[in-house]
Amino acid sequence: MANAQVLLLHAAGLHARPVVTLTKLAKTFASRIHIAADAQGPWIDAKSVVRVMNMKTPANTHLFLRAEGADADAAVNALVTLINNDFNGGPE
Amino acid sequence: MNGPLPRPRQFAGQPAAPGVALGRIIELQIDGAKERSSGARPAAQIDEAIAEAVRQLHELMARAMPEARKILEFQVEFLGDPVLLEPAQEALARGADFEAAWCAAIDAQIADFESSSDDYFRHRTADLRDMRSRVLAALGGGDLAPLHLPAGAILLADDLEPSRFLATQWRSDHAIVLRGGSPTAHVALLARAHRVPMVVGVGEISVSGACTALVDGSRGMLVLEPDAEQVAQFASTRAQLEADHAHAAAAAARPALTANGERVNVLLNIASLEELDAIDPAICDGVGLVRSELLFAHGPSDEETQLRFYQRILQWAHGRPVIVRTLDAGGDKPMRGITIDGETNPFLGVRGVRLSLAAPDVFKVQLRALLRAALAGNLRIMLPMITAAEEVERVRALLDEAAAELAARGVSFARPPLGIMVEVPAAALALDTFDIDFASIGSNDLLQYTMAAARDNAAVTALSNPRHPGFVVLLQAIVRAAAQRNVSLSLCGDLAAQSQHVDLLLAAGLRSLSMPAAAVGPVKSAIAAWSPAAHGG
Repeated sequence: MANAQVLLLHAAGLHARPVVTLTKLAKTFASRIHIAADAQGPWIDAKSVVRVMNMKTPANTHLFLRAEGADADAAVNALVTLINNDFNGGPE
Repeated sequence: MNGPLPRPRQFAGQPAAPGVALGRIIELQIDGAKERSSGARPAAQIDEAIAEAVRQLHELMARAMPEARKILEFQVEFLGDPVLLEPAQEALARGADFEAAWCAAIDAQIADFESSSDDYFRHRTADLRDMRSRVLAALGGGDLAPLHLPAGAILLADDLEPSRFLATQWRSDHAIVLRGGSPTAHVALLARAHRVPMVVGVGEISVSGACTALVDGSRGMLVLEPDAEQVAQFASTRAQLEADHAHAAAAAARPALTANGERVNVLLNIASLEELDAIDPAICDGVGLVRSELLFAHGPSDEETQLRFYQRILQWAHGRPVIVRTLDAGGDKPMRGITIDGETNPFLGVRGVRLSLAAPDVFKVQLRALLRAALAGNLRIMLPMITAAEEVERVRALLDEAAAELAARGVSFARPPLGIMVEVPAAALALDTFDIDFASIGSNDLLQYTMAAARDNAAVTALSNPRHPGFVVLLQAIVRAAAQRNVSLSLCGDLAAQSQHVDLLLAAGLRSLSMPAAAVGPVKSAIAAWSPAAHGG
């Protein structure tokens, strides 16, 4: 089990491109990974592009990440790095 | 022709893509029946229709530019998420047919995004409607039909699906007016990239019959039935735009001759297929550098995808030489899943051909595609980051294997010339030790390795001076070695695109330069101003 909290700075929020990048990265890990815009949840499957899009997260939101599984630490670290790196700086 | 002239009606929308157009309004009529008749048998399941829609999207992606690919990739990922179909399964269980079940699923998403207070998420409904139409068409056994617009058509629609935009052949006299839409919508981004003037958000306008219209995509204006004065104003705006364009085109179309009449080869650097549409091949003598990195941006493309990419460029070049550089990842071009993370100095690490040789199975897919593509034109294979002669021999051995694999499959191919990038000083100084057909100087890396000054470090920019005597001597040595070995030589780095340095390159003896299309005009002007007598060459 691994947890992290990270501030989403991406100007347009968690929109189409970042969600695709984030869910694709999440899917490379075996762990179950959940994301939330509030410490109390609801907790959303970070591997589902539909569910993460439906969060409609605006910029400057604190995102909470939680993973369970053998590679949980690596998964949370990778996702935090991605969000901190502004989703690798790619344009929308 | 008789009777009172209709009064002009002017509408202010939002500018979405610059440019002006004068033509006739064509209203977008989506003919569901037509869309359904175009394809294969109807899908037997929603899953099957989604798989077909995804296949069609991949087809569009293969020939799309990077931005467009990302837009379509969102659709592919969204359609591939089983969560999307949960409402459809419920509807099916209640006895709905496939179409109704699919609409229930996607309409729930559309309604959800439409209710958002955030513009960004509201504008994604256009992408969702795009998926809705494409899957519906696939359920009927068809494809989302491209539009067939006559010359001078100004398309009027409520909104336009990004994937339909991409499937449509746009002409330079076309324009788009949307009643809804947004300048930040994906289709607006595509219109800008494809240079189709576009105005969005003009509101509820209705048009009867064939109505002339004037579109100013830069100002966000639509004029229906423009009067003579407005048409004259349009004509002068367009004349100005065309003059600007013609001026640049004329400079580029000139033959590249020095002041004393010596011919210089001007080649192009190409990274994506979309660039080709905007370039007249007559401005160049060939393609001096095809960057193949795009084919690996989302993991390695398969052999067929790569083959189509190379073939398209060869067809465009129409017999002119096309030099394709094999994957050049690493250094300043890290690639997820391909390059090695955590190298202390990636510029001195496993990059370019070193990476390809470390993953021969991935490399051989590219080599097979290149061998096959060589039948379509004048193809040459160029290896990046070559340091030692044995690296070329290892690639030659892999080419032998790739050729044998194709022969075993009964696939025809041709063996193209093999050359190298000269960007490692050791290779530059020992060019005569390489068994190669051609060479091209990669000036960016050669300069930074020679000057020991990183090109991405502003603090040492002043040292990255191509006129340093050491670098000039190195250039001269490369030219001399290539001439002695009868190896054709060009230069394809940023240096070739900098018209202020053209004299340096010509004086060093280079007579073949490869650059982005936008640099061709200025570089040809610089070539025309140069002569060995005046510049001590």
